Amino acid sequence: MTRDENKEGIRGMANPGRYGIERVAYWLMRLSGLGLLAYFVAHIYETSNILRGKVGWDELLEMTQTMEGHILLTIVIAMCVFHTVNGIRVMLGHGGVGVGRPARPDYPYKSASQNYRHKIGIYSAILLAAVAMMYGLAVMFGE
Amino acid sequence: MAQLVGIANEQASTPLSPSKSITLRISRFNPGHDESRKFMDFAVPYENWTTVLEAILEVKKHLDHSVAVRYSCRQATCGSCGMMINGRPRLACFTKISELDSDVVTVEPMNNFPIIRDLAVKFERLFETHQKIKPYIIREDTELESDEREFLQSPKEVEQYIQFANCIKCGLCNSACPTMATDSSFVGPQALAQAYRYVADSRDKGKDSRLKIIDDSHGIWRCHFAGSCSQVCPKGVDPAMGIQLLRGYLLGFKD
Ligand code: SF4
Ligand code: FES
Repeated sequence: MTRDENKEGIRGMANPGRYGIERVAYWLMRLSGLGLLAYFVAHIYETSNILRGKVGWDELLEMTQTMEGHILLTIVIAMCVFHTVNGIRVMLGHGGVGVGRPARPDYPYKSASQNYRHKIGIYSAILLAAVAMMYGLAVMFGE
Repeated sequence: MAQLVGIANEQASTPLSPSKSITLRISRFNPGHDESRKFMDFAVPYENWTTVLEAILEVKKHLDHSVAVRYSCRQATCGSCGMMINGRPRLACFTKISELDSDVVTVEPMNNFPIIRDLAVKFERLFETHQKIKPYIIREDTELESDEREFLQSPKEVEQYIQFANCIKCGLCNSACPTMATDSSFVGPQALAQAYRYVADSRDKGKDSRLKIIDDSHGIWRCHFAGSCSQVCPKGVDPAMGIQLLRGYLLGFKD
Protein backbone atom coordinates (compact mmCIF):
# COMPACT_ATOMS: atom_id res chain seq x y z
CA MET A 1 0.00 0.00 0.00
CA THR A 2 1.28 3.42 -0.88
CA ARG A 3 0.69 5.23 2.38
CA ASP A 4 -0.48 8.51 0.88
CA GLU A 5 -2.70 7.09 -1.82
CA ASN A 6 -4.11 4.17 0.17
CA LYS A 7 -3.99 2.06 -2.99
CA GLU A 8 -4.76 -1.59 -2.50
CA GLY A 9 -1.69 -2.51 -4.56
CA ILE A 10 -0.81 -5.80 -6.21
CA ARG A 11 -2.04 -7.80 -3.22
CA GLY A 12 -5.50 -6.30 -3.58
CA MET A 13 -5.49 -6.66 -7.34
CA ALA A 14 -4.45 -10.30 -7.12
CA ASN A 15 -6.81 -11.23 -4.29
CA PRO A 16 -9.25 -13.54 -6.08
CA GLY A 17 -11.83 -13.69 -3.29
CA ARG A 18 -14.48 -11.13 -2.31
CA TYR A 19 -15.94 -10.36 -5.75
CA GLY A 20 -17.20 -13.64 -7.16
CA ILE A 21 -16.11 -15.92 -9.97
CA GLU A 22 -15.59 -13.00 -12.38
CA ARG A 23 -12.73 -11.72 -10.23
CA VAL A 24 -11.29 -15.23 -10.02
CA ALA A 25 -11.39 -15.38 -13.83
CA TYR A 26 -9.67 -12.00 -14.00
CA TRP A 27 -6.92 -13.24 -11.70
CA LEU A 28 -6.47 -16.55 -13.57
CA MET A 29 -6.36 -14.65 -16.86
CA ARG A 30 -3.55 -12.41 -15.63
CA LEU A 31 -1.67 -15.28 -14.08
CA SER A 32 -1.96 -17.51 -17.15
CA GLY A 33 -0.99 -14.57 -19.38
CA LEU A 34 2.20 -14.01 -17.40
CA GLY A 35 2.87 -17.75 -17.30
CA LEU A 36 2.47 -18.08 -21.07
CA LEU A 37 4.74 -15.09 -21.63
CA ALA A 38 7.41 -16.73 -19.46
CA TYR A 39 6.92 -19.99 -21.36
CA PHE A 40 7.20 -18.16 -24.68
CA VAL A 41 10.56 -16.65 -23.68
CA ALA A 42 11.77 -20.02 -22.35
CA HIS A 43 10.56 -21.70 -25.54
CA ILE A 44 12.59 -19.31 -27.71
CA TYR A 45 15.62 -20.06 -25.54
CA GLU A 46 14.91 -23.79 -25.78
CA THR A 47 14.59 -23.90 -29.57
CA SER A 48 17.64 -21.67 -30.00
CA ASN A 49 19.66 -24.57 -28.58
CA ILE A 50 19.54 -26.14 -32.00
CA LEU A 51 22.45 -23.82 -32.76
CA ARG A 52 24.53 -26.02 -30.42
CA GLY A 53 23.97 -28.92 -32.76
CA LYS A 54 22.36 -32.31 -32.17
CA VAL A 55 24.05 -32.89 -28.81
CA GLY A 56 22.88 -29.60 -27.36
CA TRP A 57 19.38 -30.15 -28.70
CA ASP A 58 19.12 -33.68 -27.27
CA GLU A 59 20.42 -32.49 -23.89
CA LEU A 60 17.68 -29.94 -23.69
CA LEU A 61 14.94 -32.29 -24.82
CA GLU A 62 15.96 -34.64 -22.02
CA MET A 63 15.07 -31.93 -19.54
CA THR A 64 11.47 -31.94 -20.76
CA GLN A 65 11.29 -35.70 -20.27
CA THR A 66 11.75 -35.44 -16.53
CA MET A 67 8.95 -35.49 -13.97
CA GLU A 68 9.33 -31.71 -13.41
CA GLY A 69 9.33 -31.12 -17.16
CA HIS A 70 6.09 -33.06 -17.56
CA ILE A 71 4.39 -31.18 -14.72
CA LEU A 72 5.51 -27.89 -16.20
CA LEU A 73 4.15 -28.78 -19.63
CA THR A 74 0.85 -29.87 -18.08
CA ILE A 75 0.53 -26.48 -16.41
CA VAL A 76 1.35 -24.81 -19.74
CA ILE A 77 -1.46 -26.78 -21.42
CA ALA A 78 -3.93 -25.69 -18.73
CA MET A 79 -2.84 -22.05 -19.00
CA CYS A 80 -3.09 -22.14 -22.76
CA VAL A 81 -6.62 -23.59 -22.81
CA PHE A 82 -7.93 -21.33 -20.05
CA HIS A 83 -6.39 -18.21 -21.60
CA THR A 84 -7.84 -19.00 -25.02
CA VAL A 85 -11.38 -19.88 -23.93
CA ASN A 86 -11.67 -17.13 -21.35
CA GLY A 87 -9.98 -14.74 -23.79
CA ILE A 88 -12.77 -15.32 -26.32
CA ARG A 89 -15.36 -14.61 -23.60
CA VAL A 90 -13.57 -11.42 -22.53
CA MET A 91 -13.09 -10.23 -26.12
CA LEU A 92 -16.80 -10.67 -26.84
CA GLY A 93 -17.61 -8.85 -23.59
CA HIS A 94 -15.24 -6.03 -24.52
CA GLY A 95 -17.21 -5.50 -27.70
CA GLY A 96 -20.41 -5.29 -25.64
CA VAL A 97 -21.57 -8.81 -26.59
CA GLY A 98 -23.50 -10.68 -23.90
CA VAL A 99 -23.21 -7.93 -21.28
CA GLY A 100 -26.95 -7.26 -21.11
CA ARG A 101 -29.02 -4.26 -22.14
CA PRO A 102 -29.44 -1.00 -20.24
CA ALA A 103 -32.77 -0.84 -18.40
CA ARG A 104 -34.40 0.96 -15.49
CA PRO A 105 -32.74 -0.59 -12.45
CA ASP A 106 -35.00 -2.04 -9.78
CA TYR A 107 -34.00 -2.89 -6.24
CA PRO A 108 -32.21 -5.20 -5.33
CA TYR A 109 -30.24 -4.23 -8.43
CA LYS A 110 -28.87 -7.33 -10.09
CA SER A 111 -26.08 -6.33 -12.48
CA ALA A 112 -27.00 -7.50 -15.97
CA SER A 113 -23.33 -7.66 -17.01
CA GLN A 114 -22.59 -10.27 -14.33
CA ASN A 115 -24.93 -12.73 -16.02
CA TYR A 116 -25.10 -16.49 -16.38
CA ARG A 117 -23.73 -16.43 -19.95
CA HIS A 118 -20.42 -15.06 -18.74
CA LYS A 119 -20.44 -17.32 -15.69
CA ILE A 120 -20.96 -20.35 -17.97
CA GLY A 121 -18.08 -19.06 -20.12
CA ILE A 122 -15.80 -18.86 -17.08
CA TYR A 123 -16.73 -22.29 -15.72
CA SER A 124 -16.31 -23.79 -19.21
CA ALA A 125 -12.83 -22.29 -19.50
CA ILE A 126 -11.87 -23.76 -16.11
CA LEU A 127 -13.40 -27.14 -16.97
CA LEU A 128 -11.79 -27.36 -20.39
CA ALA A 129 -8.42 -26.40 -18.91
CA ALA A 130 -8.79 -29.17 -16.32
CA VAL A 131 -9.76 -31.74 -18.98
CA ALA A 132 -6.84 -30.71 -21.21
CA MET A 133 -4.52 -30.92 -18.23
CA MET A 134 -5.69 -34.43 -17.40
CA TYR A 135 -5.31 -35.49 -21.02
CA GLY A 136 -1.78 -34.06 -20.99
CA LEU A 137 -0.98 -35.93 -17.78
CA ALA A 138 -2.35 -39.17 -19.25
CA VAL A 139 -0.25 -38.78 -22.42
CA MET A 140 2.97 -37.83 -20.66
CA PHE A 141 2.83 -40.14 -17.66
CA GLY A 142 0.88 -42.92 -19.30
CA GLU A 143 3.74 -44.17 -21.47
CA MET B 1 -5.21 -2.63 19.76
CA ALA B 2 -7.13 -0.67 22.33
CA GLN B 3 -9.36 -2.20 24.95
CA LEU B 4 -12.91 -3.19 24.08
CA VAL B 5 -15.27 -0.46 25.17
CA GLY B 6 -19.03 -0.83 25.34
CA ILE B 7 -22.11 1.34 25.53
CA ALA B 8 -24.09 1.05 28.74
CA ASN B 9 -27.68 0.33 27.77
CA GLU B 10 -29.17 3.23 29.68
CA GLN B 11 -26.93 5.62 27.75
CA ALA B 12 -28.07 4.54 24.31
CA SER B 13 -30.51 6.73 22.42
CA THR B 14 -32.92 3.91 21.49
CA PRO B 15 -34.14 0.96 23.58
CA LEU B 16 -31.65 -1.80 22.90
CA SER B 17 -31.95 -5.51 23.28
CA PRO B 18 -29.00 -6.51 25.47
CA SER B 19 -28.79 -9.96 23.88
CA LYS B 20 -27.59 -8.59 20.55
CA SER B 21 -24.30 -6.82 20.33
CA ILE B 22 -21.36 -6.82 17.95
CA THR B 23 -17.75 -5.79 18.12
CA LEU B 24 -17.24 -2.82 15.85
CA ARG B 25 -13.58 -2.61 14.80
CA ILE B 26 -12.79 0.86 13.56
CA SER B 27 -9.61 1.65 11.68
CA ARG B 28 -7.90 4.70 13.16
CA PHE B 29 -5.28 6.60 11.19
CA ASN B 30 -4.24 10.21 10.95
CA PRO B 31 -1.72 10.63 8.09
CA GLY B 32 -0.38 13.76 9.77
CA HIS B 33 0.60 11.97 13.00
CA ASP B 34 0.43 8.21 12.80
CA GLU B 35 2.93 5.80 11.36
CA SER B 36 0.40 3.08 10.65
CA ARG B 37 -3.23 2.14 11.07
CA LYS B 38 -4.57 0.89 14.38
CA PHE B 39 -7.88 -0.74 15.12
CA MET B 40 -10.10 0.16 18.04
CA ASP B 41 -12.79 -2.24 19.18
CA PHE B 42 -16.16 -1.14 20.54
CA ALA B 43 -19.01 -3.31 21.78
CA VAL B 44 -22.16 -1.93 20.19
CA PRO B 45 -25.70 -3.18 20.81
CA TYR B 46 -27.87 -3.40 17.70
CA GLU B 47 -31.32 -4.19 16.41
CA ASN B 48 -32.27 -5.89 13.15
CA TRP B 49 -32.56 -2.55 11.42
CA THR B 50 -29.39 -0.91 12.76
CA THR B 51 -27.05 0.18 9.99
CA VAL B 52 -23.26 0.26 10.20
CA LEU B 53 -23.42 4.05 10.03
CA GLU B 54 -25.76 4.16 13.02
CA ALA B 55 -23.39 1.91 14.97
CA ILE B 56 -20.47 4.23 14.16
CA LEU B 57 -22.54 7.23 15.23
CA GLU B 58 -23.39 5.46 18.51
CA VAL B 59 -19.67 5.06 19.11
CA LYS B 60 -19.11 8.73 18.33
CA LYS B 61 -21.93 9.77 20.64
CA HIS B 62 -21.12 7.63 23.64
CA LEU B 63 -17.60 6.26 23.47
CA ASP B 64 -15.20 8.17 21.27
CA HIS B 65 -16.27 11.38 19.59
CA SER B 66 -12.97 11.68 17.73
CA VAL B 67 -13.77 8.94 15.17
CA ALA B 68 -13.73 10.65 11.76
CA VAL B 69 -16.52 9.60 9.39
CA ARG B 70 -18.32 11.37 6.56
CA TYR B 71 -22.05 11.06 5.99
CA SER B 72 -24.99 13.22 5.15
CA CYS B 73 -28.25 11.78 3.79
CA ARG B 74 -28.29 8.42 5.64
CA GLN B 75 -30.36 7.00 2.78
CA ALA B 76 -27.94 5.97 0.01
CA THR B 77 -28.40 9.19 -1.90
CA CYS B 78 -25.48 11.53 -1.22
CA GLY B 79 -22.67 9.01 -1.76
CA SER B 80 -20.65 10.20 1.26
CA CYS B 81 -20.43 7.18 3.53
CA GLY B 82 -18.56 4.61 1.42
CA MET B 83 -16.10 2.50 3.39
CA MET B 84 -14.68 -1.01 3.56
CA ILE B 85 -17.07 -3.06 5.66
CA ASN B 86 -15.77 -6.54 6.41
CA GLY B 87 -13.37 -6.26 3.48
CA ARG B 88 -15.82 -5.04 0.81
CA PRO B 89 -16.63 -1.49 -0.23
CA ARG B 90 -20.19 -0.63 0.86
CA LEU B 91 -22.29 2.35 1.92
CA ALA B 92 -22.39 2.40 5.74
CA CYS B 93 -25.91 3.86 5.73
CA PHE B 94 -27.18 1.15 3.37
CA THR B 95 -25.64 -1.85 5.12
CA LYS B 96 -27.46 -3.39 8.04
CA ILE B 97 -25.37 -5.09 10.70
CA SER B 98 -27.79 -8.02 10.70
CA GLU B 99 -27.16 -8.71 7.00
CA LEU B 100 -23.40 -9.07 7.56
CA ASP B 101 -23.92 -12.21 9.60
CA SER B 102 -20.80 -11.66 11.69
CA ASP B 103 -20.06 -10.91 15.34
CA VAL B 104 -17.23 -8.61 14.36
CA VAL B 105 -17.80 -5.77 11.92
CA THR B 106 -14.58 -4.20 10.69
CA VAL B 107 -14.76 -0.77 9.11
CA GLU B 108 -11.85 0.75 7.22
CA PRO B 109 -11.43 3.67 4.82
CA MET B 110 -12.22 2.92 1.17
CA ASN B 111 -9.28 1.45 -0.72
CA ASN B 112 -7.72 3.44 -3.57
CA PHE B 113 -8.70 6.79 -2.01
CA PRO B 114 -6.22 8.87 0.04
CA ILE B 115 -7.16 8.97 3.72
CA ILE B 116 -8.07 12.24 5.40
CA ARG B 117 -8.51 10.62 8.82
CA ASP B 118 -9.92 7.31 10.06
CA LEU B 119 -12.86 6.48 7.75
CA ALA B 120 -12.97 9.74 5.79
CA VAL B 121 -11.22 9.74 2.40
CA LYS B 122 -10.42 12.35 -0.23
CA PHE B 123 -12.70 12.49 -3.28
CA GLU B 124 -10.75 15.00 -5.35
CA ARG B 125 -9.50 12.50 -7.92
CA LEU B 126 -12.93 10.96 -8.41
CA PHE B 127 -14.43 14.38 -9.07
CA GLU B 128 -11.52 15.26 -11.36
CA THR B 129 -11.97 12.18 -13.55
CA HIS B 130 -15.74 12.67 -13.48
CA GLN B 131 -15.28 16.22 -14.77
CA LYS B 132 -12.72 15.08 -17.33
CA ILE B 133 -15.25 13.07 -19.33
CA LYS B 134 -17.51 16.16 -19.69
CA PRO B 135 -20.54 15.03 -17.70
CA TYR B 136 -23.09 17.22 -19.44
CA ILE B 137 -25.04 17.31 -22.71
CA ILE B 138 -22.88 18.69 -25.49
CA ARG B 139 -24.59 20.28 -28.50
CA GLU B 140 -24.59 23.56 -30.36
CA ASP B 141 -28.20 24.59 -29.90
CA THR B 142 -30.18 24.91 -26.69
CA GLU B 143 -33.73 23.99 -25.77
CA LEU B 144 -34.57 27.68 -25.58
CA GLU B 145 -33.69 28.24 -29.24
CA SER B 146 -35.31 25.13 -30.62
CA ASP B 147 -38.84 25.31 -32.05
CA GLU B 148 -39.95 22.29 -30.05
CA ARG B 149 -38.95 24.11 -26.83
CA GLU B 150 -37.48 20.92 -25.40
CA PHE B 151 -35.52 17.99 -26.76
CA LEU B 152 -38.01 15.18 -26.62
CA GLN B 153 -36.96 11.59 -25.97
CA SER B 154 -38.93 8.39 -26.30
CA PRO B 155 -39.09 6.04 -23.29
CA LYS B 156 -36.80 3.71 -25.25
CA GLU B 157 -34.21 6.45 -25.69
CA VAL B 158 -34.36 7.25 -21.97
CA GLU B 159 -33.79 3.57 -21.11
CA GLN B 160 -30.47 3.68 -22.95
CA TYR B 161 -28.87 5.81 -20.24
CA ILE B 162 -31.20 6.17 -17.23
CA GLN B 163 -29.57 3.45 -15.15
CA PHE B 164 -26.21 5.17 -15.50
CA ALA B 165 -27.77 8.46 -14.40
CA ASN B 166 -28.42 6.76 -11.03
CA CYS B 167 -24.76 7.18 -10.08
CA ILE B 168 -24.35 8.95 -6.72
CA LYS B 169 -20.54 9.31 -7.02
CA CYS B 170 -19.91 7.22 -3.94
CA GLY B 171 -16.69 5.76 -5.36
CA LEU B 172 -17.36 2.16 -4.28
CA CYS B 173 -16.73 0.98 -7.85
CA ASN B 174 -13.33 2.70 -7.98
CA SER B 175 -12.48 1.14 -4.64
CA ALA B 176 -13.29 -2.41 -5.81
CA CYS B 177 -11.62 -2.08 -9.23
CA PRO B 178 -8.44 -4.20 -9.60
CA THR B 179 -6.93 -1.74 -12.07
CA MET B 180 -7.42 1.20 -9.70
CA ALA B 181 -5.59 -0.88 -7.07
CA THR B 182 -2.32 -0.40 -8.91
CA ASP B 183 -2.83 2.46 -11.38
CA SER B 184 -3.91 5.72 -9.82
CA SER B 185 -3.92 7.43 -13.23
CA PHE B 186 -6.63 5.09 -14.52
CA VAL B 187 -9.77 7.07 -15.29
CA GLY B 188 -11.82 4.48 -13.35
CA PRO B 189 -15.20 2.76 -13.65
CA GLN B 190 -17.20 5.67 -12.22
CA ALA B 191 -16.05 8.15 -14.88
CA LEU B 192 -16.16 5.59 -17.71
CA ALA B 193 -19.76 4.65 -16.84
CA GLN B 194 -20.62 8.35 -16.90
CA ALA B 195 -18.95 8.74 -20.28
CA TYR B 196 -21.31 6.04 -21.54
CA ARG B 197 -24.27 7.73 -19.83
CA TYR B 198 -23.78 10.84 -22.01
CA VAL B 199 -22.68 9.05 -25.19
CA ALA B 200 -25.88 6.96 -25.04
CA ASP B 201 -28.09 10.01 -24.52
CA SER B 202 -29.90 10.78 -27.79
CA ARG B 203 -29.74 14.54 -27.05
CA ASP B 204 -25.95 14.52 -26.82
CA LYS B 205 -23.59 15.29 -29.71
CA GLY B 206 -20.29 15.00 -27.85
CA LYS B 207 -19.55 11.33 -28.53
CA ASP B 208 -16.36 11.91 -30.53
CA SER B 209 -14.78 14.26 -28.04
CA ARG B 210 -15.55 11.92 -25.14
CA LEU B 211 -14.25 8.85 -26.95
CA LYS B 212 -11.03 10.77 -27.63
CA ILE B 213 -10.62 11.48 -23.89
CA ILE B 214 -11.03 7.88 -22.82
CA ASP B 215 -9.01 6.38 -25.70
CA ASP B 216 -5.86 6.90 -23.67
CA SER B 217 -3.11 4.75 -22.14
CA HIS B 218 -4.77 5.11 -18.73
CA GLY B 219 -8.24 5.14 -20.24
CA ILE B 220 -10.80 2.54 -21.20
CA TRP B 221 -8.30 -0.09 -22.42
CA ARG B 222 -7.12 -0.64 -18.85
CA CYS B 223 -10.49 -2.16 -17.97
CA HIS B 224 -10.26 -5.96 -18.08
CA PHE B 225 -13.91 -6.65 -17.35
CA ALA B 226 -13.37 -8.10 -13.87
CA GLY B 227 -16.86 -6.83 -13.00
CA SER B 228 -16.08 -6.00 -9.35
CA CYS B 229 -17.36 -2.44 -9.89
CA SER B 230 -20.82 -3.71 -10.79
CA GLN B 231 -20.88 -6.12 -7.88
CA VAL B 232 -20.41 -3.38 -5.29
CA CYS B 233 -22.45 -0.58 -6.89
CA PRO B 234 -25.30 0.24 -4.47
CA LYS B 235 -27.48 1.93 -7.11
CA GLY B 236 -27.66 -0.66 -9.89
CA VAL B 237 -25.56 1.43 -12.25
CA ASP B 238 -23.60 -1.59 -13.56
CA PRO B 239 -20.48 0.33 -14.63
CA ALA B 240 -18.97 -2.84 -16.18
CA MET B 241 -21.83 -2.95 -18.68
CA GLY B 242 -21.48 0.73 -19.52
CA ILE B 243 -17.74 0.39 -20.06
CA GLN B 244 -18.07 -2.61 -22.40
CA LEU B 245 -20.84 -0.90 -24.39
CA LEU B 246 -18.68 2.21 -24.60
CA ARG B 247 -15.74 0.15 -25.82
CA GLY B 248 -18.10 -1.25 -28.46
CA TYR B 249 -18.08 2.23 -30.07
CA LEU B 250 -14.28 2.35 -30.14
CA LEU B 251 -13.99 -1.18 -31.55
CA GLY B 252 -16.56 -0.46 -34.23
CA PHE B 253 -19.25 -2.82 -32.86
CA LYS B 254 -21.57 0.17 -32.46
CA ASP B 255 -21.94 3.54 -34.16
S1 SF4 C 1 -21.21 3.72 -10.44
FE1 SF4 C 1 -22.22 2.93 -8.57
S2 SF4 C 1 -20.48 2.47 -7.21
FE2 SF4 C 1 -19.67 3.78 -8.82
S3 SF4 C 1 -19.77 5.85 -7.99
FE3 SF4 C 1 -21.66 5.52 -9.16
S4 SF4 C 1 -23.15 4.75 -7.66
FE4 SF4 C 1 -21.13 4.56 -6.71
S1 FES D 1 -24.94 8.98 4.14
FE1 FES D 1 -25.53 9.53 2.11
S2 FES D 1 -25.06 7.74 0.99
FE2 FES D 1 -24.72 7.11 3.04
